[in-house]
Amino acid sequence: MGVNLASSPSSSGRRRADLVFQAAALLVLVATLGALAALVATVWNDGASRLDWRFLTSFPSRRAEDAGIYHAIVGSFYVILLTGAMALPVGVAAATYLEEYGGRNPMARFIELNIANLASVPSIIYGLLGLGLFVRLMGMGRSVLAGAATLALLALPVVILSTREALRTVPSSIREGSYALGATKWQTIWYQVLPMSLPGILTGLILALSRAIGETAPLIAIGALTYIPFAPDSIWSPFTVLPIQVFNWVSRPQVAFKENAAAGILVLLTLLLTMNAIAIVLRDRYQRKGRS
Amino acid sequence: MTTNARPLPPPLSSLVRPGTPAADSAPIKIDVEQLNFYYGQKRALDAISLKIHANRVTAFIGPSGCGKSTFLRTFNRMNDIIPSARVEGKVLIDGHDAYGPGVDVVSLRRQVGMVFQKSNPFPKSIFENVAYGLRINNLARSKAELAERVEESLRAAAIWDEVKDRLSDSALALSGGQQQRLCIARALAIRPDILLMDEPASALDPIATQRIEELVYDLKKTYTIVIVTHNMQQAARVSDHTAFFWLGRLIEYGRTDKIFTAPAEKLTEDYVTGRCG
Repeated sequence: MGVNLASSPSSSGRRRADLVFQAAALLVLVATLGALAALVATVWNDGASRLDWRFLTSFPSRRAEDAGIYHAIVGSFYVILLTGAMALPVGVAAATYLEEYGGRNPMARFIELNIANLASVPSIIYGLLGLGLFVRLMGMGRSVLAGAATLALLALPVVILSTREALRTVPSSIREGSYALGATKWQTIWYQVLPMSLPGILTGLILALSRAIGETAPLIAIGALTYIPFAPDSIWSPFTVLPIQVFNWVSRPQVAFKENAAAGILVLLTLLLTMNAIAIVLRDRYQRKGRS
Repeated sequence: MTTNARPLPPPLSSLVRPGTPAADSAPIKIDVEQLNFYYGQKRALDAISLKIHANRVTAFIGPSGCGKSTFLRTFNRMNDIIPSARVEGKVLIDGHDAYGPGVDVVSLRRQVGMVFQKSNPFPKSIFENVAYGLRINNLARSKAELAERVEESLRAAAIWDEVKDRLSDSALALSGGQQQRLCIARALAIRPDILLMDEPASALDPIATQRIEELVYDLKKTYTIVIVTHNMQQAARVSDHTAFFWLGRLIEYGRTDKIFTAPAEKLTEDYVTGRCG
């Protein structure tokens, strides 16, 4: 029997189904991107006129046109830096233990399951925990430190999960090669496994921090929502962050403050996009390295 | 069914290097006694006893899954990494049981080096690949000594001339054959007594394979080499002794020329002549 290249009824039907699916997928994509574009356009429309150097370097004010966002930028910066500094070592250490030392017993599986659950706990819960644990019990007060510690708790599950993922991608041949040279388990992890998973770990960290930087609820819960006419100058200072400042302005009745809020959102978006861009660059570099 | 007529390979007996001693007087380096190996419930090695001579190349041959790699990995306890693995019996290396109580696996692996089937250079520079073993074992007291021993190892693995001008380049940029010789250099750098090679040339082209084989032949002056291979010609070319494994059992072990020309077992003869396996 020879080869028949003509289309049969069943193959044309399949091709139609293929086309329909393609069109539907495209439609969904356009709708999603459209919504996002509309959102950004509205915000840009409302806030772009307020976005200038003075806005970025001024403190809050009762008069909308004098109000700035400097204190919130510095606050966000402080909080995120500290959050990263706390979440990275703890998260990597926890993930390394679970992945490399923990074994496959029921206890390890139970912990694993719960970390996955923690990643989806509503952020306000973390806020309440932070209020009870850091602000009250440990006496940190409504400080940058307490805020960062709370957000670090929030970021931890994501950091742990992505670190484990990164550790798993290190081929066993690399571990074996290291062991065969008389390396201990710890030397193998420290000199081979962790450096190879670093880009993956950093990508996860930055994505976790991108989520943390946009968080409002847990910080409001620990009491960051205050009118603060100065930027934090130490980890013990009271503080506010960008999303809280935006929230604050949105809740004012005057139209001018709405403009400030839109401008604040633009600043926050820029920060977020920058962080995500860094994450993508890191991942790409990692993939290039893996190929060569 | 039609097949193209293939020229028959030369008889294996013609490949055997002459001059293998009739009875080997070299001292025993590895003495395995009644070794059983299990993956979970499955027995992968069945009561294997065998003595490996110092400064000789011993080849393990046999079909895939016959246990030869598993057996090789008991010499440096590489199987320890596998959670369900279990060992019974003794692996005496210079008289000390590798599985005895109080054995430091790290120190064992420093003295029993290993080269793997797939070259596995670390994603670091050529220099750092070789320096790694020296660093983690504190084997170089100064930068100069480190560089000296890296060079010495790369020379011993016959790759120095190819990489001396680009030691800081990534090891991943090397060709497959170069990577494998780099891995040999890396294993030699910590000056092991024994070198285990798990199908070191199976992923290489004939020319790279030939270089590895020449290297093996040179290295046996200094090291005791155990090599697992699927390639019968390779076993015949490089080894002094050959052990034939079949379904987790040692079927026959003896001088390579004897195994390939006058095996005592019918199964060995069938395998080395390509009638089974």
